[in-house]
Amino acid sequence: MDRGRNPRGHLTSRLHFKEMPTALRQRGFDGFEVAVDERQARLQLRRQIARLEAELASLVGEGFGHTQVPHRVEAVAAAPRVLDLGQLEAVRDSLADRAAEARSALVERQRVEDANHELVAKMFAAPQDFKWVRVSREDLGLHGCGHWHSKPRLGPIGMLMGWWRVKVSSGCPLSGRLAAVER
Amino acid sequence: MDPGATDQRLGRVPAPQQGWVAPHIASEFPGLGIAWVEVEATPGKSPEPVRQRLRGLSDRTYGSQAIRLRERPIPWAYRVFFRQIGLDPDRTRTPVEQLTLDRLHDGGFRSNGLPADALNIAIIETGVALCAFDAERIEGRLCIRDSAPGESLAGQPGEMAQGTLTIADETRPIGLLFGSTAAGCGVEPSSGRIAIAAVQVKGVPQIAVEEALWIAAETLEAT
Repeated sequence: MDRGRNPRGHLTSRLHFKEMPTALRQRGFDGFEVAVDERQARLQLRRQIARLEAELASLVGEGFGHTQVPHRVEAVAAAPRVLDLGQLEAVRDSLADRAAEARSALVERQRVEDANHELVAKMFAAPQDFKWVRVSREDLGLHGCGHWHSKPRLGPIGMLMGWWRVKVSSGCPLSGRLAAVER
Repeated sequence: MDPGATDQRLGRVPAPQQGWVAPHIASEFPGLGIAWVEVEATPGKSPEPVRQRLRGLSDRTYGSQAIRLRERPIPWAYRVFFRQIGLDPDRTRTPVEQLTLDRLHDGGFRSNGLPADALNIAIIETGVALCAFDAERIEGRLCIRDSAPGESLAGQPGEMAQGTLTIADETRPIGLLFGSTAAGCGVEPSSGRIAIAAVQVKGVPQIAVEEALWIAAETLEAT
């Protein structure tokens, strides 16, 4: 190794090209080690896990009773332990995936419910165009077991005469009473 | 109620003792802690007031609460901690979630005798994770630490994987964190002194931990 000056005039250490493999063999990379504080990275990942868990919990609560929200993230350890960076990343990524899936499941469900609301509105406007169509309260994201059913007035006579109407069922009495108590 | 009698009851429950957490674990999990109280009590059938209290709690717990439970701050804090230590809280349930699910499954909180009922009442009321040990088998202060190489949990086959998080006294692990208790350290019919331990995680206020310990100890003391 010899010393020289770089274009700015600073003193530099220079290894001749031919000497490099020998230098690597002798010294390893000891001199080039960079101290990385993995603990800070782990703390950061744990904060992200906490945030994602809160988001997922909220999505599960939102979707309960309306649709199945994917929320399961498998354990990465058989027993409780301090997870390393890779394991924490795996948990974080799985939670992020589940949260994304849960969001899209809820969006999809909302889309279906909106479409059903529109369908019920159209059924009321022109029942004869939706013969025998039945939409339940569950399809609209509502509690209870009632439904909207496009049926002919006076049975076969109404069917022949084209007297169609939407019949609103209030559901079974028990669930109706319970719903009233909850309100 | 006579205020003097309340003071007497409050004074009867011993103050919680603070355990310690291994420094390298504490630096990874700020807010992690363990506290415990020791109570003179004998295990056995729960008296009628305790069973009545469980019935009262059953009447206050509904299915919708079970789903919304994970959004409440303390149960959420335990779920997060379970994720952070590699457990799936939907498989290895947090204590309060497990009790709530049992309530839905069984139609009510079942009485399992003392000290289990006392712990269950405190867990349901506060959400804080509690466990009980035979105080006469504990040596020194309780702590949370990781297992050393070659260490095992009494009554469990084989050695624990190095780095397993345990609740330990000054000589040996007495249980897995949120897991099984070592043989000989749990409460047995012959136990005369019971240690109730609360595991605190980040997000669980100190006052909730103290309240949980107080409720459990007071329920045991009252019998």
